[in-house]
Amino acid sequence: MTKTETFDPRAATPFLTSRGHSGWLGLAYSDHGEDWVELTLPWRTDLLGEEGQQVLASGPIMSLMDMASGLAIWKTMNRFEPIATLDLRVDYVRPAREGASVFGRSQCYRLTRSAAFVRGLAHDGDVDDPVAHIQGVFMKIGGADTREVPGG
Amino acid sequence: MAEHPDISVLTPYARSLGIKLAEWDGGTPIMRVDFVEAVEGRPEHYHGGATGGLLETAGYAALRALLAQKDREAVLKPINITVQYLSAGKSRESYARGRVTKLGRRSANITVEAWQDDPKRPIATAVMNVLMAEPAQD
Repeated sequence: MTKTETFDPRAATPFLTSRGHSGWLGLAYSDHGEDWVELTLPWRTDLLGEEGQQVLASGPIMSLMDMASGLAIWKTMNRFEPIATLDLRVDYVRPAREGASVFGRSQCYRLTRSAAFVRGLAHDGDVDDPVAHIQGVFMKIGGADTREVPGG
Repeated sequence: MAEHPDISVLTPYARSLGIKLAEWDGGTPIMRVDFVEAVEGRPEHYHGGATGGLLETAGYAALRALLAQKDREAVLKPINITVQYLSAGKSRESYARGRVTKLGRRSANITVEAWQDDPKRPIATAVMNVLMAEPAQD
């Protein structure tokens, strides 16, 4: 009998987003399921794109989806292990509404011995009216990250 | 035509992340970001999103420079970006430069490379499509 492994995105997210790039963006846990995780990106005026327009830049949405994808992969594996983004595509289908938090929901739909495939969307309150769609591939990278992650 | 058009190549987001204009190379801006906590993912390495932000910023900057050279005004809106991560970004500064591979009337296609030690050994590349909308009429 092997011990059943679990990964709890709700417990792991505050640790993983406490510092670094995710901490700078202020990413936070929102929701999760068996093979998906949703994070939030709060509205901030220093994350705007075009000068003079109240439109969130596209870069933070890429970061939000990258992080949600990582958590979705660990949730699907039910453990924390080092991974690295190999390929990430983001289609920005409409601007996020001014002043709104953006939610990033990513699903790990296929896991192989060395790769993990994800797809997801970003929305600003209505999951049926996304601001962006994403697709990506991550690689497992062995012992490159030895952090002890709570919930992992 | 001045080699260094007087254009703003940094969005509020890019400035907040710490991205700077490093130099002009043949009319193309090269962007730089130092390894600070705001770009860190797993310990001592760049977060994929931060690398993506640097690539995207360099892509927009290359397009802005080209539009300025052609005296074209446009509001830039993202259509999409696809990033390839080639090797881990380590704890030192990174650079990126974009090349406008196709400048159309309504959209532009841009390829971008990011590197650390050697421009010939990129750590990540991107291809982006950008919509060029009419400037708002006052």
